[in-house]
Amino acid sequence: MRSRTPLYAARKLASRTVLNLVVLGVCVAWMVPTVGLLVSSFRPKELIAVSGWWEAFSGPLRFTLENYVNVLSRANMGLGFLNSLVIAIPGTLIPMCIAGYAAYAFAWMEFRGKEWAYLAVIAMIAVPIQLTLIPVLRLFNGLGLTGSFLAVWLAHAAYGLPFSIYLLRNFMSQLPRSMLESAFIDGASHPTVFFRLVLPTSMPALASLGIFQFMWVWNDLLVALIYLGGTPDVAPMTVTMANMVNSYGGGWEYLTAAAFVSMALPLVVFFALQKYFVRGVLAGSVKE
Amino acid sequence: MRLISLLLAVVAVPALLAAYVHLVEKVAGGKRGRGPGRRPGSTRAPSVAKPWLWLAPSLTLLAVFLAYPIVNTLVLSLRNADSSAWAGLSNYAHVFTDSKMLTVLRNNAAWLIFFTAGTLGFGLLMALLSERVRWEPVAKAAIFVPMAISFVAAGIIWRFMFEFRPAGEAQIGTINAALSALSPGFEPRAFLFDPSTNNAALIAVGIWMWTGFAMVILSAGLKAIPTELIEAARIDGADELQVFGRIILPLAMPTIAVVATTLMVNVLKIFDIVYVMTNGALGTEVIANRMYKELFNYRNFGRASAIAMILLVAVAPVMVMNIKRSREGRKARAQ
Repeated sequence: MRSRTPLYAARKLASRTVLNLVVLGVCVAWMVPTVGLLVSSFRPKELIAVSGWWEAFSGPLRFTLENYVNVLSRANMGLGFLNSLVIAIPGTLIPMCIAGYAAYAFAWMEFRGKEWAYLAVIAMIAVPIQLTLIPVLRLFNGLGLTGSFLAVWLAHAAYGLPFSIYLLRNFMSQLPRSMLESAFIDGASHPTVFFRLVLPTSMPALASLGIFQFMWVWNDLLVALIYLGGTPDVAPMTVTMANMVNSYGGGWEYLTAAAFVSMALPLVVFFALQKYFVRGVLAGSVKE
Repeated sequence: MRLISLLLAVVAVPALLAAYVHLVEKVAGGKRGRGPGRRPGSTRAPSVAKPWLWLAPSLTLLAVFLAYPIVNTLVLSLRNADSSAWAGLSNYAHVFTDSKMLTVLRNNAAWLIFFTAGTLGFGLLMALLSERVRWEPVAKAAIFVPMAISFVAAGIIWRFMFEFRPAGEAQIGTINAALSALSPGFEPRAFLFDPSTNNAALIAVGIWMWTGFAMVILSAGLKAIPTELIEAARIDGADELQVFGRIILPLAMPTIAVVATTLMVNVLKIFDIVYVMTNGALGTEVIANRMYKELFNYRNFGRASAIAMILLVAVAPVMVMNIKRSREGRKARAQ
C-alpha cells in the first residue's frame, strides 16, 4: 500500500476537489434550464422579451405574479389543471385495482394456462401504444366515447396494466407463504385474504406503482391528444400547453408560467415521495 | 359535472370491483378454505373458473385495447387509405421508399444511437461519480428531477434555452448567450431551425430528461458489486481506470444491458418532444409524429398503420427477451 506522504495527501485532496467540481458542474448544467424558466415566469412580460433571465438579479429587482394570474384565468390553464386531475386520479386508481386482482391470481392461484397468460402480459409491456391508436380510436368513435373522460380512463387503465400486473405480481409472490397458508387453514376465502392480508402488506409496491402511473398519466400528451380530440373543454394541461406553443410561439410570459403550473404537482409528489418513485423505476427494469 | 364523474369513478369503480370478487367467490368458490393450489401434496382440486374470473377484468381490457388493436392495425396496414379495399403491400412500399419516410427512418436511427449512447454515458458517469461525493442525494435529485416533468414542459423549457435573436440583439436564450460570452466570434444560431443542428438539439433534450433514469438504475447495479473485489484490485496495484474497465464494467454489464433496452424501447416511441419543439418541421420528424400526421392531417389509415407496424417489428426482439428473462427467473426460483 502507498504510504501517507504529504505529496500523496495533496494529490488526494486535488482529485477530491476535481471530482466535486465535475459533479457540481453536471448538476448545475442539469438544473439551469429549469431554473431559468422558473425565474423567467416571475419576470414582467416586457423584460422577458429583451433580456436574459440571469439579468433579473442585476440592477433593480422586478418580479411579478401577473403571468400566473393571466395563464390561469385566460389561457385555459385553470381548467386544464382540473381536467388533468380528473383524468389522472381515476387513470391511476382503476388500473391499480384491476391489476391487483390479476397479480394476486398469478401469484397465489394455480391453474392451467397460467404461464402462458402471464407471458402474454409480460410481452405487452414493450408494445408501443401507437400500434393501438387507430383501432381504439375507431372503437371510441363507434361508441361515441371520443372526447369523453371515460375514453381516456379506459385507455390509460389498459395501457398501464401490463407493467402494473408485472410489478405487483413480483411483490405479491414474495410475500411469506406461511402467512397466507395459515389464513387459508383458518377458513379465509380468497377475497378475505386479498383485502385483509395481501393488499395491506403490498402497500410499498402499491405506493410505487401509484406514483409511477400518476406521473405517467399526468404527463401524457399522446393519449389525450388522440382520444380527446382537442376540445378545450376536456383537454388536460399537456394538450393546452402544446396548443399554446403552436399559437403563441414566443409568448414566453404565458409559456413559462404554464409550464410551471403543470410541473408543480409532479415536483411536489417527486420530492415528497422520492423514495417510492425511485423504487418504482427500479422495479420496472431490474431482473426478476 | 366533471367533479361528479371523478367522484363516481373513484368511489364506484373500486366498490364494483370489490363486489365483483365477492360475487365470484360465492358463485365459483365452492367450499371455503381452499388454499393456494400450489401446495405440494394437496389433493383438493382447485376451482377451474375462479382464477380466470380474477383475471377477467385485466384480460378484457388488454384484449380490447392492446391485443385486438395490434391485429387490427396489421390488417389495416394492408388496406387502402380509408380501409375500403385491400392494398397489398403498397403502404409498406411507400413507407420504405418515400423521401419523407426515409428522413423519418434516418432520424429514428439517429435517436436510437445517440440518445441511447448519450443517456447511458451521462447516467453511468453520474452513477459512478455521485457515489464518491458526500452530497450524493442532492446530486442525484438534481439529475433526476427532469424525469418527473412532462415532455411538453421539457419542450417549453428547452425552446426557451435554444431561443434565438439575430446577432447584435441581446440573446435571451441561455445557450446562445453562453456561447456568445464564451467565444467572442460566435454567431448566434437558431438551433431548432438550422437543419444541421435541430435533430441534435432535440436529442439533447431527450438525454436531459432520461439521464436520471439511467443513473438511478445503474447506481443500484453498481452498489450491488461487492466492495471487497474492488478493494482487492486496488491493493494489487490497479489504478482507478483499470478497476473500472476490468471489474466494475464487466460486472455492471447486465444492468447496462437492461437500461439500454429500456431506453431503446422508449426512444422508438418518442413523440412529445418533437411535437412540441418543432412539430417535425425541417427534417426532424420521427416515426410517431409521421404516423400522427398521416392519421389526422391526411386521414390515411393504411399508411399510418404501416408506419405503426415498423414499431412492432422494432420492439419484437425486446418482447421476446422479456419473455425469456421472465421464464429464466421463474426456473431459477423454482430450483
